[in-house]
Amino acid sequence: MRDKDRDELTKAEWRATNRVATGFAATTLAAIGLAIVYWQGGQTQLEGVLLALALGGLGYGFVVVAKRLLPQGPYEEERDPLPASDETVAGIEQDIERGEGWLDRRGFLLKLLALAGGALGLAALFPIRSLGPSPGNQLKRTRWRKDSLVVDAQGNPIATDALEVGGTLTVFPEGALEAEDSQTVLIRVPEDEFRPREGRADWAPMGYVAYSKVCVHAGCPVGLYQQDIKRLLCPCHQSTFDALDGARPVFGPATRSLPQLPLYVDDGGFLRSQSDYTEPVGPGFWDRDR
Amino acid sequence: MIIPRLARWLDDRLGASRVARSTLNKVFPDHWSFMLGEIALYAFVILLLTGVYLTFFFVPGSKEVVYDGSYAPLHGATMSQAYESTLRISFDVRAGLVMRQIHHWAALVFVAAIIAHMSRVFFTGAFRRPREINWMVGITLLLLAVANGFTGYSLPDDQLSGTGLRIAYSVVLSIPLVGEWMAFLIFGGAFPGNDAITRFFVIHILIVPAAIAILLTVHLALLVRQKHTQWRTARAREDNVVGAKLWPTFMAKTVGLFFLVFAVVAALGGLVQINPVWIWGPFQPAAVSAASQPDWYVGWLEGALRLMPPWEIRAFGFEIPNPFYGGVLMPGITFGILYAWPFLEARFTHDHAEHHILDRPRDRPVRTAIGTGILTFYLLLFIAGGNDVLAAQFHVSVNAITYVLRVLLFVGPVSTGYVTYKLAQELRARDRARETTRSTRPPPPTAVLRRTPTGGYVEG
Repeated sequence: MRDKDRDELTKAEWRATNRVATGFAATTLAAIGLAIVYWQGGQTQLEGVLLALALGGLGYGFVVVAKRLLPQGPYEEERDPLPASDETVAGIEQDIERGEGWLDRRGFLLKLLALAGGALGLAALFPIRSLGPSPGNQLKRTRWRKDSLVVDAQGNPIATDALEVGGTLTVFPEGALEAEDSQTVLIRVPEDEFRPREGRADWAPMGYVAYSKVCVHAGCPVGLYQQDIKRLLCPCHQSTFDALDGARPVFGPATRSLPQLPLYVDDGGFLRSQSDYTEPVGPGFWDRDR
Repeated sequence: MIIPRLARWLDDRLGASRVARSTLNKVFPDHWSFMLGEIALYAFVILLLTGVYLTFFFVPGSKEVVYDGSYAPLHGATMSQAYESTLRISFDVRAGLVMRQIHHWAALVFVAAIIAHMSRVFFTGAFRRPREINWMVGITLLLLAVANGFTGYSLPDDQLSGTGLRIAYSVVLSIPLVGEWMAFLIFGGAFPGNDAITRFFVIHILIVPAAIAILLTVHLALLVRQKHTQWRTARAREDNVVGAKLWPTFMAKTVGLFFLVFAVVAALGGLVQINPVWIWGPFQPAAVSAASQPDWYVGWLEGALRLMPPWEIRAFGFEIPNPFYGGVLMPGITFGILYAWPFLEARFTHDHAEHHILDRPRDRPVRTAIGTGILTFYLLLFIAGGNDVLAAQFHVSVNAITYVLRVLLFVGPVSTGYVTYKLAQELRARDRARETTRSTRPPPPTAVLRRTPTGGYVEG
């Protein structure tokens, strides 16, 4: 607009110029407001709104300039063909083959080079091993042992009167309160309705049955016990397990029962584990059953 | 004048004038659908700006500390340094929360814009020769954007992000043969591992953004080299480009778009709360709540895990566990098909010619039908990722919703694909009919002028 006087502007240009000016002025005011808000201690909503106004004013101004005050065209440009001429291609081939003779005469050098490159590449992979320990049998054992004292999340032992029938509690082996793989859900089920699996008749004294809380599907804590239907539900992907039937999966993507922890009541009347889980806990992996 | 002197100075040293001139005169076709990719680009710029700010305050550590900041409900709670510093950014760093929320919103917009842009390119056939390479670069960018979103989401070490990491760990664990080693090497041991957050931080702020920046450059360089596609108009042909020149019209427009995108994201960041980690609480492995949803662009993976029936392959004591199919195989096939699509289509249509004029979706009923079918499939998976939310909202059993979605997942895409196919055919037929009537219609009646004896003319 530099070259034109105010009078020479068309009406449309004049209107557009006003709109751009409004946008840029809004930006200036909002930016000052932003600085003041920050200075006064900051306020998230105001900061967002003022920043939006400041940026929006600029954006609006630029778009109006582009649409109303700048040459619209349409302009046309040729689209030159992408492929090169045959001569150029032939030239490139020649260039690449330049000095290839030493390879023809000493083919074994090329093989050695490939070998050297491969060896170096392989050697460079080794430091990746430092990123983590070997899985070993870490996925197949938890912190539960023979005679581990069953404790709640605060470390208190569980007496046989700790839960009403229908009650539930997250428990850990004593001394491993942080152990993710050892979290166990303890449920007191009605003894007359409980159907222990074969060989597990003495694993759930007085209706206290303990299942691994790590979902066998994707590892979320199986945290929700629906007392009315005696089912455990994993809130992540809705795998549902029948607490009366060895935590058999009855719905959702889980393919296995939750591992059951064998319990007994010690002489002091507290719950203890007879051993570690008898199978790996948590989600499946390649050699889980080996 | 300073500018001509500076230009002269630069040209003396770089000889850049000729390139600069042709760049300034470069013609860009104009259509609203061509802005989608620009929105993605600008979301990335916003992510860089806000992300750099956040790195000055965030501490990517798992060491446990006791909270004593200004958010009273968590006073005295033990938490990781990562979670503590996220709270500090949210409550004690002035302008910290607005930056954090703009960052998160920009990430959601980033992936959304990429997918909208990709859909535009797909439905208009802009991926065809010579643009197959740029299509594949674009798919890689989508992959990287999702990866960076997920790693960023995992950093605050709150209950929700910890749950997400737990599931990601299990999905890695499910990979045949190498899963255990991969999971242990990535997390630095069995879950939760002490190194995950530190490593995800490096991936999130350095490795993936650098890869995105490099591929973006390639993406744009290829665009400049091959020139933009365009819609068929009276002037636009296969061998020309019609539109606005880069300087100044396109430049002003696109700079305006940048500020407008930033303005919208800033308004969202200020007014619409996102990921209030102080409500979720610090991550505890034994705790979880229903309605644990990831960010929207991971919803399809979550949905695939939820819908998968309880099947897996077991033989000789080895197994390919259930999460593998929804969490690894399905996305693997998804991206495999995406990468291969330009070549698949060329093969089946025997169309190996160069194309610079875009298809209208109706002109390619089969492609359009397949595209809508595929979008329906992923939309249904996304919905399945929130099946518990739906159940709570509509008071339906989550099991019923899951059964229905399992069926819909296969019925839905086929029906939307079929309807789209019919619609496209109908629209195309109507267009053709209109063209024929236009060419066979008698010419519009012309007026008859009669000369009056006095020398004047009258009509009729």
